[in-house]
Amino acid sequence: MSDINGVALFVLVVLFAAVTGMGFWASRWRRPTSMESLDEWGLGGRSFGTWITWFLLGGDLYTAYTFIAVPAAMWAAGSVSGFFAVPYTIVLYPIIFIFMGRMWSVSHRHGYVTTADFVRGRFGSRGLSLAVAVTGFLATMPYIALQLVGIQAVLEVVGLGGGDSVLAKDLPLFIAFALLAAYTYSGGLRAPAVIAFVKDTLIYLVIIVAIIYLPTKFGGWTHIFDAAQTKMAKPNPVDGKPTGVFIPGATQYWAYATLGLGSALALFMYPHSITASLSASTRNTVRRNAAILPAYSFVLGLLALLGWVAIAAGTKPIGADGKPNAQLVIPQLFEDAFPSWFAGVAFAAIAIGALVPAAIMSIAAANTFTRNIYKEWLKPDATVEQEARVSKLASLVVKLFALVFVLLLDKQNAINFQLLGGIWILQTFPTIVLGLYTRWMHRWALLAGWAVGMAYGTYEAWNVANPRAGINHFGGSLANMPVIGQLGYIALTAFVINLAVAVVLTLVLRAVKVPDGDDETIRGDYFADSGDPRVEKVKQPLHQEAPSI
Amino acid sequence: MSTADTVDPDRNEPVDHDTVPPARTGLLVLAGVLLALPVIALMWVSSYSRDEPRLGGFPFFIWYQFLWVFLTSALTYTAYRLVLVARPHRPMDDLGAGREWAADHGTASDVSRGERA
Repeated sequence: MSDINGVALFVLVVLFAAVTGMGFWASRWRRPTSMESLDEWGLGGRSFGTWITWFLLGGDLYTAYTFIAVPAAMWAAGSVSGFFAVPYTIVLYPIIFIFMGRMWSVSHRHGYVTTADFVRGRFGSRGLSLAVAVTGFLATMPYIALQLVGIQAVLEVVGLGGGDSVLAKDLPLFIAFALLAAYTYSGGLRAPAVIAFVKDTLIYLVIIVAIIYLPTKFGGWTHIFDAAQTKMAKPNPVDGKPTGVFIPGATQYWAYATLGLGSALALFMYPHSITASLSASTRNTVRRNAAILPAYSFVLGLLALLGWVAIAAGTKPIGADGKPNAQLVIPQLFEDAFPSWFAGVAFAAIAIGALVPAAIMSIAAANTFTRNIYKEWLKPDATVEQEARVSKLASLVVKLFALVFVLLLDKQNAINFQLLGGIWILQTFPTIVLGLYTRWMHRWALLAGWAVGMAYGTYEAWNVANPRAGINHFGGSLANMPVIGQLGYIALTAFVINLAVAVVLTLVLRAVKVPDGDDETIRGDYFADSGDPRVEKVKQPLHQEAPSI
Repeated sequence: MSTADTVDPDRNEPVDHDTVPPARTGLLVLAGVLLALPVIALMWVSSYSRDEPRLGGFPFFIWYQFLWVFLTSALTYTAYRLVLVARPHRPMDDLGAGREWAADHGTASDVSRGERA
């Protein structure tokens, strides 16, 4: 492991440098008259057409961590932990098709940049808006950190990061992130949009080559599936139960289905998904994309199967510290099975794959901070220029925080928080998505439902032990579901409880006639398209609005 | 969708934009059914959690879900075409919008004008 794979490293560095150049050039791509507003810096001028949006959303949603973690889960624990990603990313698109058109339209009319902006306008509730903003922010931070884990995995296999000194160990990661921070600062959302072309092309190339070439090398698909079945059936030395799941049995149906559905409902509640969606130029761009984005799901499914290919190939993912680390299984498989130069291309695909989501996530988190915390609570009379400046700085701080998080804390912390993030973010679904359709739900009922869902989900996740990994808390995302009595995704259980609380309390609050907040939207706003005028912002209480663009 | 009836596309009166633009409910329901199919099919895990029949070495469990990637793409695209027909865009620049809308939907506006006359 300590040997540096020179050719692979060279290819990796060249591709990385090329992408960095593109990142800096991006601020001049489709150049706006001014970058000094969140519409330009944070949403790329809301100008992206179908294909740019396709690359951007694909590059955004299918992250480097996904590419590392899904096959790693397949390799270590089988289909319930890994292959659920396929139904997840299939049912995702019909679901977002339904509500994302409305989300885009109302945001276009009112200049919303974040979901919390919409909640503020729809429910007239600063508290509910803050809850949505903070949840989005907290859920995104560990996700950014995990993109670094993706880069680290590649660097580790290529032979870097094994040194003893802290500086030598983490310097490559530090440089990569400093460059990312610099061009995100200057180019905003245009930077990841440009890089996404390279990222997605490389990923498609690598996975298609891998899925055609590797099975011929390791005895064909029948042999690969047999090897996976044998490994999954083998009893684990710790608890004597089977190692993993080849095909879900009757007791795992709920787990498989709820993981898929819960993750699908949650994904477009994340700020980075919304940012990429709102940057689309028309209402129909996003809906058309719902029909063509499944192409990425297909690739993700193939990638998941590479985890089982690695079983047949006998891949031994050993980290720089000499311990086995499932997260390294895909980079290790590539290094073992491909010629060095192509392994370099594959590593570049993963490393660049980390940059696109990391950039968009940091922009989205920065926008959320700026709009829903800075402007809403700290400086209500901020101008659009000030907003853009604060957002740029916040994007730097967010990335720095992610870097510190990964370098100083145990990687497991990032994974735990990301698991929690998935549970948390789903608790904003009732407010955001039901809010797109109806104001029947009372703002305080939604807030209470959110709080109960957050508390329940966090407690349940904390309670999950994983004896095999030797951890007592945050050992996984499955827990026993009340009433049904089977294992299910905690996020979805919390979501159902959240919804029940919100409905019951709405009935109570309506009965005692607690007033609603003001709704600044009208029904037609939810069907607006690109030619329709923006709503001129009227002066709101506590607000002195910036001159609209 | 019933609020669609309250829209007055008459050229002399501005459209009330605090209404849901008119739509053909039947087509919207059909689109909804198409979108629901993949969700129901994939959440019904017991219908596909088996090994046989294999296809080119791939267990049924695997290739069946890959098949749904393509089916879902086709169903979503069909739903997209349907909703475009079901609810044409109603422009929001008030008076002009009403006229434009009426021009595109001759029959509906003819009826309402006829009633007025």
